[in-house]
Amino acid sequence: MKRLSRHRRHKAVAPLLLIFALLGIGTTFQVAGAATTSPMTAAERTAAIAEGKEIFLRGCSSCHGLNAEGGSVAPSLIGVGAASVDFQVATGRMPMADMSQQAMRKDPVYNDEEVAALAAYVSSLAPGPEVPSEEMLNYERDGEVAEGGELFRTNCAMCHNFAGQGGALTQGKYAPSVMGVEPVHIYEALITGPQSMPVFSDKTLTPKEKLSIIKWIKAAEKEPQLGGVALGRVGPVTEGLLVWTLGLGLLIGIAVWLTAKAK
Amino acid sequence: MSKEIQTIQDPGVPAHKLRQTDIDPKAADRAERQVAIMFLLSALSTVLFIYSYFFISTETFIFIPLMGEQNAHQIFLGLGLAFSLLFIGLGAVHWAKTLMPDNEVIAHRHEFRSPDSDRDDFVKTAKEGAAAAGLGRRSLIKRSMGLALGLVGISPIFLLRDLGPTPGDDFKKTSWKAGTRLVTDPGDRPIRADDLEVGAVAQTLPELPAGQDHRPLSDIGKDAVLLIRLRPEDFNLDPERLSWTYQGIIAFSKICSHMGCAVALYEQQTKHLLCPCHQSTFDVTRAAKVIFGPAARPLPQLAITVDEEGCLVAQAPFNEPVGPSFWERSA
Amino acid sequence: MSARERIAGNVANYVDERTGAAAWMKKNLNKVFPDHWSFMLGEIALYSFVILLLSGTFLTFWFDPSMREVVYEGSYEPLKGLEMSAAYASTLDISFEVRGGLLMRQIHHWAALIFMAAIVVHLLRVFFTGAFRKPREFNWIIGIGLLTLGIVEGFLGYSLPDDLLSGTGIRIAEAIIQAFPLVGSYLAYFAFGGAFPGEAFIPRIYTVHILLLPGIFLALITVHLMLVWYQKHTQYPGPGRTEKNVVGYPLLPIYMAKAGGFFFIVFGVTALLGAVASINPIWLYGPYTPGQISAGSQPDWYMGWLDGLVRMAPPIEPVIFGYTLSLNILIPGLIIPGILFTGMALYPFIEQWITGDTREHHLLDRPRNAPNRTALGAMALTFMLIALINGGNDIIATNFHLSINQIMWFSRIGIIVLPPIAFVVTKRLCLSLQRADRELVLHGRETGRLVMMPSGEFVEVHEPISPEKAWLLTQHEQNAPLELEEKDARGVRRPGLLKSKLRKRFAVAHAEQVPKPTVEDLKEIEHH
Repeated sequence: MKRLSRHRRHKAVAPLLLIFALLGIGTTFQVAGAATTSPMTAAERTAAIAEGKEIFLRGCSSCHGLNAEGGSVAPSLIGVGAASVDFQVATGRMPMADMSQQAMRKDPVYNDEEVAALAAYVSSLAPGPEVPSEEMLNYERDGEVAEGGELFRTNCAMCHNFAGQGGALTQGKYAPSVMGVEPVHIYEALITGPQSMPVFSDKTLTPKEKLSIIKWIKAAEKEPQLGGVALGRVGPVTEGLLVWTLGLGLLIGIAVWLTAKAK
Repeated sequence: MSKEIQTIQDPGVPAHKLRQTDIDPKAADRAERQVAIMFLLSALSTVLFIYSYFFISTETFIFIPLMGEQNAHQIFLGLGLAFSLLFIGLGAVHWAKTLMPDNEVIAHRHEFRSPDSDRDDFVKTAKEGAAAAGLGRRSLIKRSMGLALGLVGISPIFLLRDLGPTPGDDFKKTSWKAGTRLVTDPGDRPIRADDLEVGAVAQTLPELPAGQDHRPLSDIGKDAVLLIRLRPEDFNLDPERLSWTYQGIIAFSKICSHMGCAVALYEQQTKHLLCPCHQSTFDVTRAAKVIFGPAARPLPQLAITVDEEGCLVAQAPFNEPVGPSFWERSA
Repeated sequence: MSARERIAGNVANYVDERTGAAAWMKKNLNKVFPDHWSFMLGEIALYSFVILLLSGTFLTFWFDPSMREVVYEGSYEPLKGLEMSAAYASTLDISFEVRGGLLMRQIHHWAALIFMAAIVVHLLRVFFTGAFRKPREFNWIIGIGLLTLGIVEGFLGYSLPDDLLSGTGIRIAEAIIQAFPLVGSYLAYFAFGGAFPGEAFIPRIYTVHILLLPGIFLALITVHLMLVWYQKHTQYPGPGRTEKNVVGYPLLPIYMAKAGGFFFIVFGVTALLGAVASINPIWLYGPYTPGQISAGSQPDWYMGWLDGLVRMAPPIEPVIFGYTLSLNILIPGLIIPGILFTGMALYPFIEQWITGDTREHHLLDRPRNAPNRTALGAMALTFMLIALINGGNDIIATNFHLSINQIMWFSRIGIIVLPPIAFVVTKRLCLSLQRADRELVLHGRETGRLVMMPSGEFVEVHEPISPEKAWLLTQHEQNAPLELEEKDARGVRRPGLLKSKLRKRFAVAHAEQVPKPTVEDLKEIEHH
């Protein structure tokens, strides 16, 4: 205690305190405002990029090129951003199982850590959309269901159908069902425009509007079947099928019984 | 048919076969009990129906095998009604089949043609009546009656004139004029060129004029516009159409030129627009030229530019009517 | 006399003294109705109509047929606070605020789908058994009228809630009206009271849907049933059944119990569907606005073939002297359906022209014994089925991982190529079945038992068929085709020779049959 009080008025104290304060405040803001879901230190980030590059060379470069520059079968990944990688790889779309019309959602090949590494590597090549943070995805707090429904019907239903069940595009491509998709992946799809899907810019579809859409999708997922079994939520086609199979089938079956002679 | 060929003879209505319930009184009693049980099940179902209506809350959900989570109020109300009706029917039919006499009966068909004497009488009466009316001789009456009845017959048609206005040049006009800002749908926010990334789309409408706070659906039905941003080098347009784009942003009427559905399904990779109604496909790089499907005309393109504040605006109204075709479209 | 009998007697006396009903009742309570399940298909349609009237009346007590904009404040959260038409909002209220409302909406819609399906299967039964022949041509035409009006009524009905899916359908209907040559834009403005969608359309179609068309239906159905009653129902051929009798059961008690019971069964099955299967969930579609659309938008099934035809139409829209003729809409939307339905309505007369048969027919044809007619029906069905499938091409593509473009091309080519193939295949099938019948009569039923003859030869034992079955397989008429002389006795050519030649060609094709066995043939066999 005596040593500290002796040095309290040392002329180096003020500048030292200032430096400490700046470092402290700067680090606090950097940690708090990080865009990535799992904020990394600089060292962690370098390690992730290295790991990501390794995974990339092993699993992705055969189609996307050794430097992610793309090729005849796959587009360039320079500038697609961590969000694109997270979306494509964490939903299992990439690596593609076969060279079909489009990549399908399936069981992901890489775990969360590997996905983050890949994302870090690809985003290190050039700036692009970042993976949205937890704070940015609080749709329960920031979204509105009714507004989300209107936005979904205006911007999404023409491809994904009124209940998000998916729909047909040209030449065998399709817009997949949006049911059972993680909110972060829905958000990433909106901002990166994967494959045939267009991009929905933050100025024309604000982040809050995007959260409303997510809130509506989650509500639609959880909405109980009202009025009976839902028949797929694709409209009159399945309803007509049911009439011609169960409806007429039952009625004609009963008519046959009705006119048969009793034993 | 030639008389020489003899066909196989008709053996006549087969003999009546008795049923179990005709022979065995115990079987008949059993059938009676079965019918009674069905009627009773119907009564019970009606009770279930009434109970569900008043006493099962509309917020309760239960799990039903094969059907999943269902609203308890709805399902029991419906099943109650369904079975209350079904069992009456099944009971009545079972009763008819097992207990009512099932002897086939033969009835005879009579010829429809009336006897000649009746036909002659009819003709005589008709002729006499017509002669009495005198239409044949009195052509003045006949012609003037024709005129009167004919005219009164068409007068109701004129009453329908005010069903609607005549279209005039409505089909050729939309709310878009030179300088009208494009605003987001919904939200009504102006859009700047760099608000859109390459590959982005935006649903837009014309900005509401001052003093109007509401868009009637009839306006939306002609004004809806789709904005798409490509790279300028992606376009394959003639110089005039190219001048209607702005830095790779192109605007089309969202109302399909085939039958009016909203065309907003944009495939980012192929740069095609697909209308989900009848699968008409439009190539955005060639000013929405039709490349597949029943649409015969491209989507009308809206010429756009930016105003002094950098917001996207229309350069001019559409150069052609939007939406489905009509007879005088090009006149 | 018991008290009950005395009271019944008094009531009957009261009515009879004022109406003379006893004579009429006496004749009709014993009226005979032939019994076959295929005769109940029309009943399914009739009872569905009654169910539609009952459930529809219920719905009218809450439905608001107005397009004025309201803000939704009901209990369905995802639509709270949104602007929508009063029609849509009132339908939401029926679904969520009125107890039994959703059930009734669903029963009403399922009944409509069953009504149309029953009409179609009933039509097929009548067609394939030749029940439209004299004296029943007029009833056939009424039936085609009921089918056509049913399609319109159903379309108007599901358009009333003004939701996104049905509103899209109205947009397409408006485009068809608008495309009409010369007066299209005027007709569209008159129908909608101005530009689409306007505010007049839903209230107007409400009047058509609950008043005008049901009234016309009631009248047509009454005439349809009266004709069946008066002309007596047809019957399938069989032992004891002739052109001059009806074999079956009396109205009282059997037929009343079975038919009455069947009404409750149809109602019960419809209510069961309404209870367990969701239909037309308009709260998921959202309110209609022309700026929105859903992937996989289809009309109800009975209009699916129209949608399919419109989808596969080539983009033909000539502009002649500045005037646009939307053949890509008019041909699939109006001209082809017009030709189809007119052809259907006139078919009894066309067949009569081909066969020259002007006699009454009360015994039905077994479809195999009229191969040309059956093949024609199969051809028409194939056409409709391909159109129907194409109407759902995007749903099929999504669920079976196919391409809408490929399905479209399959439909475009298939609809021209497959119906004639269906005709040929069906006709050959019918003739094969006739051959099989002939074999059955001449050689009996193959029992599958083998017997060794003294000579060491194995033969399969054939059991002769019963006389009833033999009669059934041989009772049908086989008429030679019309004889039409090209020249009369003096060598003068007939006028209208081309028409006659065409008629003769059709007549010969129509009369193609496998000759049925006669008693002589049987006697020959006995000598084996």
